[in-house]
Amino acid sequence: MTALTTGKAPYAVPRRRLRWGRLPLNLAALFTLAVSVFPVYWMVVTAFKPAADIQSDTPSFLPLHPTMAHFGTAVHSPGFGTFWRNSLTVTLSAVLMSLVVALLAAFAVGRMRWHGRRAFILMVFIAQMAPWEALLIPMYVIARDTDMLDKLSMLTLVYFMTTLPFTIVTLRGFLAAIPVELEEAAQVDGCTRAQAFRRVTFPLLAPGLLSTSLFGFITAWNEFAFANTLIIKNQDARTLPVWLSSFSNVFGTDWGATMAASSLFMLPVLVVFLVLQNRVTSGMTAGAVKG
Amino acid sequence: MLTARSAAPRPAVVEPPPAVSRPRRRRLGAVWPYLLVAPTVLGAAFLLVYPLVRNTVMSFQHFGLGELIRGGATWVGFANYRTVLDDPEFWTVVRRTLWWTGINVVLIMVLGTLVALMLVKLGRRMRLAVMSGLVLTWATPVIAATTIFQWLFQSRFGVVNWLLVKLGFDSYRDFSWFAHGGSTFAILVLLVVWQSVPFAALTLYGGLTTIPVELYEAARIDGAGAWQSFRLVTFPMLRPLFALITSLEVIWCFKAFTQIWVISEGGPNGATTTLPIYAFQIAQSLHKYDLGAAVSTLTVLILLAALVFNLRRMFRQEGTL
Repeated sequence: MTALTTGKAPYAVPRRRLRWGRLPLNLAALFTLAVSVFPVYWMVVTAFKPAADIQSDTPSFLPLHPTMAHFGTAVHSPGFGTFWRNSLTVTLSAVLMSLVVALLAAFAVGRMRWHGRRAFILMVFIAQMAPWEALLIPMYVIARDTDMLDKLSMLTLVYFMTTLPFTIVTLRGFLAAIPVELEEAAQVDGCTRAQAFRRVTFPLLAPGLLSTSLFGFITAWNEFAFANTLIIKNQDARTLPVWLSSFSNVFGTDWGATMAASSLFMLPVLVVFLVLQNRVTSGMTAGAVKG
Repeated sequence: MLTARSAAPRPAVVEPPPAVSRPRRRRLGAVWPYLLVAPTVLGAAFLLVYPLVRNTVMSFQHFGLGELIRGGATWVGFANYRTVLDDPEFWTVVRRTLWWTGINVVLIMVLGTLVALMLVKLGRRMRLAVMSGLVLTWATPVIAATTIFQWLFQSRFGVVNWLLVKLGFDSYRDFSWFAHGGSTFAILVLLVVWQSVPFAALTLYGGLTTIPVELYEAARIDGAGAWQSFRLVTFPMLRPLFALITSLEVIWCFKAFTQIWVISEGGPNGATTTLPIYAFQIAQSLHKYDLGAAVSTLTVLILLAALVFNLRRMFRQEGTL
């Protein structure tokens, strides 16, 4: 059985011994599962527990008296709608910008021959490795000099640039997977080059565009360091991560509301992960997302 | 091959075919590629190259709050670097950052490898369950995770203290984890390791499934035990993958900012101040933008080895450009 399911370890072990021999392995698996799931589970359970259950000397591990009260507190806390809108605006505009700009660049790199092409690819690779955390200080100074401090547009530009290199590299890969002959055939049939790209290649590229933009979405949605540095005085321009990090100022010691807010913040990312599913591993290795 | 297989979501990139040439439009066509990459180049120039240059320039200037407001920074040569390098505090921070990176990366690699080896041996349903759990951990945003860990380790009603007291460690009743340097450091390590193991484990698992079963059979016939078949078969086969994950984790742990800043801001008493935190503190809290810029530049220089290693890998993986 085991040999069949795992394609490995083809040991001819009698069945009875096998089951007992696998006990420690399955216990280790259960332990791993518990450790990886528990913190998130605890967040959700706390969000649904009434305050009395949260502040009890013996914690209850099941939401015996589920309540939506904490979600109400979180949603109605001052500025929640604004921060949610800010996060969404910044993230979506940054991802859209980088998608358009990257598509142009990917086409030039993948479908055309020109001097400086190799140098350009090298530049994209280097940009992908850029240590953004070391650029917090000059970004702050530049934003201040150009009167862009406390403005969402500055944050959008930064997120656009942090997601751009990865987007180019991935789109170029997806583009390379589409045979150029399809475009050529369309051109033979009388399309211009632009038409051939728009009508033939672009529809085929759509899944690639979707998953690439979702990676960009996760990166921008979760970003904290720049949001914390570039938005200082204008509290109305804050984004969700910064707001959530200052929960103790917002909710005091109301852990129920904090965990509810946390759950609401995580929800879109979880949805994106479900959409991406097994493409996640490969994308991460390519250097897509990481705090 | 292994790296290319498991690390690339994309097929091998081939040379673009010669452009469908139409002699008449040649001249105009030659401009197009440059127009298409122009937005990227402009973006990089303003949002990446300029900040880097600005940072370097600032590190050679006297740049405090006055210069930030009024401008007119003066050139001071290497004075900032001398100040930073002469400060014993800087070297404490460097040592701490290396420890921080080392402990995290070793734990991530060891646990990641163990989980990956375990995944291979599990039955189908159990494996699916564990993998879903790992993906859930992975999907948890850094900010959400830091908030959750603050709640888990809360002194009065935190579930960790409750569990420790239940297990008989009575000294942990109402223990405030975030008031002590050592325990704060430990929680931060726990947080980073918890968030990073899924990536290492799932990537290694992907690599493990590509190793032919015959190799293990041969090793077993030759009398190899579990450890030997790992050392002589698994490790050599996955060496490129191990190198890749290790170098990525080194970079990610070294420059980790969000988790540390949100949980402790480098405290208590500087016990969790790593280089990125140190640079930020000097610049933002003390308004010594020049010294902060110098520390940032030094941070990048220290990271350079890992960065160059990764860049070379990316190039090899791409094959022909």
